[in-house]
Amino acid sequence: MKQKKRNEKGLAVAARRSRLVSELRSGIGGLGFWVNRLPVCGDFSLILICTGAGCRMVGYTDLPTKGGFDFGLCRRNQSLVEKGGLKIPGFLKTGTTIVGLVFKDGVVLGADTRATEGPIVADKNCEKIHFMAPNIYCCGAGTAADTEAVTDMVSSQLQLHRYATGRESRVVTALTLLKSHLFKYQGHVSAALVLGGVDCTGPHLHTVYPHGSTDTLPFATMGSGSLAAMSVFESKYKEGLTREEGIKLVAEAISGGIFNDLGSGSNVDVCVITKGKTEYLRNYLLPNPRTYVSSKGYSFTKGQTEILSTKITQLKPKVEVAEGGDAIAMEE
Amino acid sequence: MSRRGDWVYENNGGTCVAIAGADYCVIAADTRLSVGYSILTRDHSKICELADKCVLASSGFQGDIKALHKNLAARELLYQHQHNKRMSCPAMAQLLSNTLYYKRFFPYYAFNVLGGLDSEGKGCVFTYDAVGSYERTGYSAQGTGSTLIMPVLDNQLKSPSPLLLPARDAVTPLSESEAVDLVKDVFASATERDIYTGDKLEIVVINKAGTKREYIDLRKD
Repeated sequence: MKQKKRNEKGLAVAARRSRLVSELRSGIGGLGFWVNRLPVCGDFSLILICTGAGCRMVGYTDLPTKGGFDFGLCRRNQSLVEKGGLKIPGFLKTGTTIVGLVFKDGVVLGADTRATEGPIVADKNCEKIHFMAPNIYCCGAGTAADTEAVTDMVSSQLQLHRYATGRESRVVTALTLLKSHLFKYQGHVSAALVLGGVDCTGPHLHTVYPHGSTDTLPFATMGSGSLAAMSVFESKYKEGLTREEGIKLVAEAISGGIFNDLGSGSNVDVCVITKGKTEYLRNYLLPNPRTYVSSKGYSFTKGQTEILSTKITQLKPKVEVAEGGDAIAMEE
Repeated sequence: MSRRGDWVYENNGGTCVAIAGADYCVIAADTRLSVGYSILTRDHSKICELADKCVLASSGFQGDIKALHKNLAARELLYQHQHNKRMSCPAMAQLLSNTLYYKRFFPYYAFNVLGGLDSEGKGCVFTYDAVGSYERTGYSAQGTGSTLIMPVLDNQLKSPSPLLLPARDAVTPLSESEAVDLVKDVFASATERDIYTGDKLEIVVINKAGTKREYIDLRKD
């Protein structure tokens, strides 16, 4: 019995150790460190890292936890930037105005449609209001990839939860899933969200910040245009707005962001959620048509782009066309 | 490296374009003044008329640009008093280059395009960098939208290489109205994709009859 127990424990330790070693190796960026590990006692391993310059003890470590980012490659990236002249690709941020407000029968969410890459507009008409559940939608500001990924992930989790429970999803469920994910990543997932929906407990509106904190509010704005939009809300919001008043106020707030914030622009998207019904009004307002189109038009005729030199290489003389009979002969 | 507290410049955005024709010159600039992600004003002119046949458009740091324009206007007035005539465009071009290089080690954060008519009445455009290197060309774009506009101008106006012999005219054979149409279209396109360009477009056309100004609306978002 004792023998069997020891073997099982030994196997478990070996498996965990090898995972630790592979993680360490990949973390150091495959630069050829040789890791010696010696069992000391119980579940701990003493890690010895040997390089050409000699051996260095890293210390006692328990196995690294699952989840969260592995920052092992950061030092390598930094040295590549400093010495190797590497240019890290930029992130596509949405530089946004997103808003939400609670009205008499539910919530109204609004967003602009401009996605920027630094000073350039990358997408003139992107969608920033993401689907979470049939009765819950989420606007996202910050890094576009992060908002997409995190809302898609929580949306899938909510659907699985709906299948398991047989009930309509609640907004606080989405909220808890989002905030615990963002907190786990300590702000490195740069997603600032306005989450709104109507469930069996009533209408709810929340903001979620990249580090994982949340607020529950009657009206909220996020993104680079949040100050412009909030000034509209603070002037004109009152409790118990009707549906028309709510949509009009949201459109005004987003327009404030579009015209006064350079990171926001193009069109207004609105989403109205009430008990049992959701309306996604894509491009509710289009206040920015192109101002001038040349009537002359452009033609790109042959010869407009200068041809500096021409070289034609005949391929036929380079290829030997073998007849069928010869091919069979070659195979033998 | 934002630890240093000595960065004294700011980019107020904007784009300037100039096109030279056989007997005219078109100089255009947007009128948006911005800082960071905010708009300071939608109605600020980046164009300065230095002489009757010489117009300067600058984008960059407005503090330096105001000082530069004031400096050049004062020097032009002195020239008028000393020589009893207004400065020609090529003369102003040289003066601007010298003024910029004078501050080689604390530059004017200004990206300039000088346009006008030379002594023969032909259109001329001079393009500059921040420290005074300049060249006479047939057309130019400077500012935040310049990378969006220059390739279109290269395609439509195709200036022959200045190295060709016999020397070919750099000015475009387009008519005045066609050039103005091109400028309007090119700015509308730049406004779509550059967040710092927009609001209004100011177009100045110089020909032997005089100077004409035109304004058209651009996207305000």
